[in-house]
Amino acid sequence: MTIFDFFKPARSAPVARDRLQILLQHERVSAGASDLINVLREEILAVISRHVDIPADKVQVKMQRGDAISTLEVEIELPNPIRRRAA
Amino acid sequence: MSQVLVVTSGKGGVGKTTSTAALGAALALSGNRVAVVDFDVGLRNLDLVMGAERRVVYDLINVVQGEAKLQQALIRDKRLETLYLLPASQTRDKDALTAEGVARVMAELRDTFDWVVCDSPAGIERGAMLAMRHADVAVVVTNPEVSSVRDSDRIIGMLDAKTEKAERGEYMEKHLLLTRYDAARAERGQMLKVEDVLEILSIPLLGIIPESEAVLNASNLGCPVTLNAAESAPAKAYIDAARRLEGDVIPMVVPMERRGLMSKLFGRRAA
Repeated sequence: MTIFDFFKPARSAPVARDRLQILLQHERVSAGASDLINVLREEILAVISRHVDIPADKVQVKMQRGDAISTLEVEIELPNPIRRRAA
Repeated sequence: MSQVLVVTSGKGGVGKTTSTAALGAALALSGNRVAVVDFDVGLRNLDLVMGAERRVVYDLINVVQGEAKLQQALIRDKRLETLYLLPASQTRDKDALTAEGVARVMAELRDTFDWVVCDSPAGIERGAMLAMRHADVAVVVTNPEVSSVRDSDRIIGMLDAKTEKAERGEYMEKHLLLTRYDAARAERGQMLKVEDVLEILSIPLLGIIPESEAVLNASNLGCPVTLNAAESAPAKAYIDAARRLEGDVIPMVVPMERRGLMSKLFGRRAA
């Protein structure tokens, strides 16, 4: 640190901009994804409950994010015996 | 055709209430019939900033619950004939605002006024949702500060998902109002620049309100800054912003507060 640095105010704004850009990029992706999962879950549940009586918490949808590939895991637990919904 | 405008932000204390009062008064100055509505149940500050705190008899909750007529609760501004205030309640339960009741009151306000300006509570809770629900256009108030920008991003996401307009598949009009801006500090690299915030949030700019004594002074006196000090830099910026909302094309200038020689010589004010 030289004597001149003392008079120069610290430039913190560029750091703030970079931090925000990285953070928001990340947050927007995850916010969009969690919404997608909810939409998928509700639609899958709607289709199944058209034919089978099923409690809402028996449909689980999970997404795993990888670098090259992402997987969607759908777990549907049907009651036994399966009760068909009356048409 | 009447327009419902919501003044919103994720973070508290960025200047929503001040901006609601200033924009509402500026819209009324150009001859519009304007109602400013305080949705911040529990805190209720718009009446204080507008200088009407001792004239509140009925409030938004009374009207929503059907205990008072809209005309009984609306307070006409002392200075402007076309400006009205619908205050919020301070003491009542927040859940007293029902979605159906709010929808009914907003429809009634639309029939009577050219502009309905809703002051949203901070945050992403139910109150903020109710305030933005029926809006045609949103003003997102942001400070050039990391936490404020981040929270604004979330509010923009909510405006695109949770409003009636968005649910109908229509485009939700959103504008950025950057408040407490200090062009000199931004130039020195000590504050996010307008361009930085615009690049990050990517919604159109409505106005830049400079950090100024005139804003605090106006709220001390209970008068919107656009009426109290119409010649001041923030008032001019608010008046330009209101005209842009009305569809006028006005060149954007970065307003600076004119400071005396003494304050220039003896350094910056504490932030």
